[in-house]
Amino acid sequence: MLGSTTLPPELEAARNEIRRRALDLGLDFFEVIFEMVDFKQMNELAAYMGFPRRYPHWRWGMEYERLKRSYEYGLHKIYEMVINTDPCYAYLLANNELVDQKIVMAHVYAHSDFFKNNLWFAHTNRRMLDEMANHATRVSRYIDRYGLEEVEDFLDICLSLENLIDRHSVAIRRHPPPSPGSTDEDEEELAIRHPEVPRLQVPGAYMDRYVNPPELLRAEAERRRQEARRRSEHVPPEPERDVLLFLLEHAPLKTWQHDVLSIVREEAYYFAPQGMTKVMNEGWASYWHSTIMTQTGVMTDAEVVDYADHHAGTVAMSLYRINPYKIGLELFRDIEERWNKGQFGKAWEECDDMQARREWDLDLGLGRQKIFEVRRVYNDVGFIDTFFTEEFCNRHRLFTYKYNERTNQYEIDSRDFQAVKQKLLFSLTNFGYPIIYVADANYRNRGELYLVHQHEGVDLDLDYARPTLVNLYRIWRRPVHVETVVGDVPRLLSFDGKDHAFRKLERRRMV
Amino acid sequence: MDTVSRIERDNRRFKEIARGHINKHLRHYISRGELIGRRGRHLVSIPIPQIEIPQFRFGHRRRGGVGQGEGEPGTPIGVGEPQPGQGQAGDQPGEHILEVELTFEELAQIMAEELELPRIQPKGKKNIVSEKERYSGIRRVGPESLRHFKRTYREALKREIMSGTYNPSSPVVIPVREDKRYRSWKEVRKPESNAVIIYMMDVSGSMGDEQKEIVRIEAFWIDTWLRSQYENIETRYIIHDAVAREVDRHTFFHTRESGGTMISSAYELCLKLIHEHYAPDEWNIYPFHFSDGDNWGGGDTQKCIAILEEELLPVVNLFCYGQVESYYGSGEFIRDLRDHFGSDHEVLVLSEIEGRDAIYDSIKTFLGKGR
Repeated sequence: MLGSTTLPPELEAARNEIRRRALDLGLDFFEVIFEMVDFKQMNELAAYMGFPRRYPHWRWGMEYERLKRSYEYGLHKIYEMVINTDPCYAYLLANNELVDQKIVMAHVYAHSDFFKNNLWFAHTNRRMLDEMANHATRVSRYIDRYGLEEVEDFLDICLSLENLIDRHSVAIRRHPPPSPGSTDEDEEELAIRHPEVPRLQVPGAYMDRYVNPPELLRAEAERRRQEARRRSEHVPPEPERDVLLFLLEHAPLKTWQHDVLSIVREEAYYFAPQGMTKVMNEGWASYWHSTIMTQTGVMTDAEVVDYADHHAGTVAMSLYRINPYKIGLELFRDIEERWNKGQFGKAWEECDDMQARREWDLDLGLGRQKIFEVRRVYNDVGFIDTFFTEEFCNRHRLFTYKYNERTNQYEIDSRDFQAVKQKLLFSLTNFGYPIIYVADANYRNRGELYLVHQHEGVDLDLDYARPTLVNLYRIWRRPVHVETVVGDVPRLLSFDGKDHAFRKLERRRMV
Repeated sequence: MDTVSRIERDNRRFKEIARGHINKHLRHYISRGELIGRRGRHLVSIPIPQIEIPQFRFGHRRRGGVGQGEGEPGTPIGVGEPQPGQGQAGDQPGEHILEVELTFEELAQIMAEELELPRIQPKGKKNIVSEKERYSGIRRVGPESLRHFKRTYREALKREIMSGTYNPSSPVVIPVREDKRYRSWKEVRKPESNAVIIYMMDVSGSMGDEQKEIVRIEAFWIDTWLRSQYENIETRYIIHDAVAREVDRHTFFHTRESGGTMISSAYELCLKLIHEHYAPDEWNIYPFHFSDGDNWGGGDTQKCIAILEEELLPVVNLFCYGQVESYYGSGEFIRDLRDHFGSDHEVLVLSEIEGRDAIYDSIKTFLGKGR
């Protein structure tokens, strides 16, 4: 590791106390190993997303450059960083004041609790530190063997497609598990040859010939046979949202390329839940650092002002910008209060007497229990969808903004609760990335790859889509297409290795 | 340590790539308006889409989003896309809008390499060395006028809380002498060579928004270069149609007048400024004039030539005239100047700017003389 894992005595004492308080309050975390690092090491680690060993790539260097510059100009300072492993590693910035370190420790214990208990993290590899180092070794070996340019070039391609994964696949079984043995295959073949044709029910057998004419049945059987045949030969059988997996299974890759792509995919899945729970995770950690600091006596009187200053900085809402830390924190507090007072359920929902709502208090005291449950089962989308209320929206003065072509400015669009909620949810769904499926790997019977963008009102950025298609082509090595909608018109964006095409489509393919 | 070399290796690689891109594509960026980004803190940011890894994503300009604060629907909330707080929800960690931030010095240096600009030899016999104060520290003693209010308050508050005299219900904080903090300064000695840039622009009806944008971009690059060459730069702005007046920077780029054009009015005003404020033996003087070349017919061009020849050209380092192509302009003026002074004049530089792509060559023409 980079820094020192032996903490100075006063920090060690603070750590022990905070840890004990956190356990008393019911947090259930992976053990946390704190490391002291200086700001330079902190920036390095941040550039590598918390892992001291990543595969060589220029974008870490780019991120480092950005962090370094903005640190030098006093634009930011990273107080803490924590990675989802067991034990959890967390980095403390050396020379910070003791009270800052205490906040960070409390914050980190809550993050660790979240990593351990939130279900969206259940699939992640808790020994990722080793795995990342292993990836680094493998990629370095390919660089030695095939040259920096070639491997870097291929990595750039993979990273360009990195967001085309199926974030929910870790929790859903999309395909039935492959059935073993050849009998099933025979059965499958049999079902294709002799498809079942439904008949209309008739009271007497004598009518059957007229209600279900044999030639019609035969024609239907033939149609179904062809349909089943077509489907069994269609690749993929169902639209596939894990485009990276599809490429791993079907694209003409060299062995090392296959390995590099699978590394990129594995890391994308590892980081995915952190993106899916950003608001919750930060809200949870902020909720607990403020609870532990202010209610358990880990802070001395002299530290109160600095604590308040630091905490205010973390959750500040600057003018017109929303801060996920703040929204998450306030939502958790709101949930706790509502469940303490019994402000939920049918009676509450149906009550429209404002006075009664304001004074509603059943004194249930279910708040703590509820927020622990929420941190276990929700991700950001469900969290906002379920707990973001009209009262909350009004209290925090949230609004949607839009671009005004005429004045060349962004302006407030609406304070309508539904509009705000829609916009918030949209920005969180699928990470704010478009949802894209592989629909056909043998388009026009020429082995061309056909993707479909599930359009939900916002167009793709074509300036980005075109070079991405080029990258896709370089992996697939046959023409590639993506179906989308641009300005309400269905379009097919294609790249055939030389030229881009942009055709109008008569109708959309359904996925 | 091992990791240090690792990050440095990745960082070096990035810089190689970025630098390569900047050099190769500077021509492209120079003609793009949005390049002129942040100017606070003496940084400009150059977005480099070429090393942004392309992904399928939404067109994110003009998409809108959710914000927080007071205001009615329709209240403007700023020109740029509002930047969400740190770690925008829905962003993958470690992914950012890719841009390289450069200091003006770095930008000027890249520009010099790319455009092969020679360094300027400042004229003027004086190289004044001036002393400057920079407020860069905090001291416990100092004059009251330099008291740092926030720090003092903070110290006082800390002391009161620690000593238990702080009363939250009546939060009166009274600093004593030990609490007080003062700003302190250092003296920095700097050699000084002075320069003034006088921008003149024709704002008559025939100069459209596109023409002004071209002037704006070109002025930015000229500024950047000259600022890297001189310690002390002043800029003055003159707009003219049939009469000339001095304006501030914002007005300069945003005024649209109608009416005729008398270029001589601007030259006269320019001359007046020089006489009043910028003694030629102490100042390096750079007038730049942009117009669409459509001057009033009644002998005004002759007057301009006379002013240039007898009064302006002898005192300035360089006089640059850039003619922006416009739909309405006849473009006579540059021809008249060329006929009179020849296209190889030592001090007078002429350049025709047909469109954004020509800005690059025009800057090279203007600044390639090393004067």
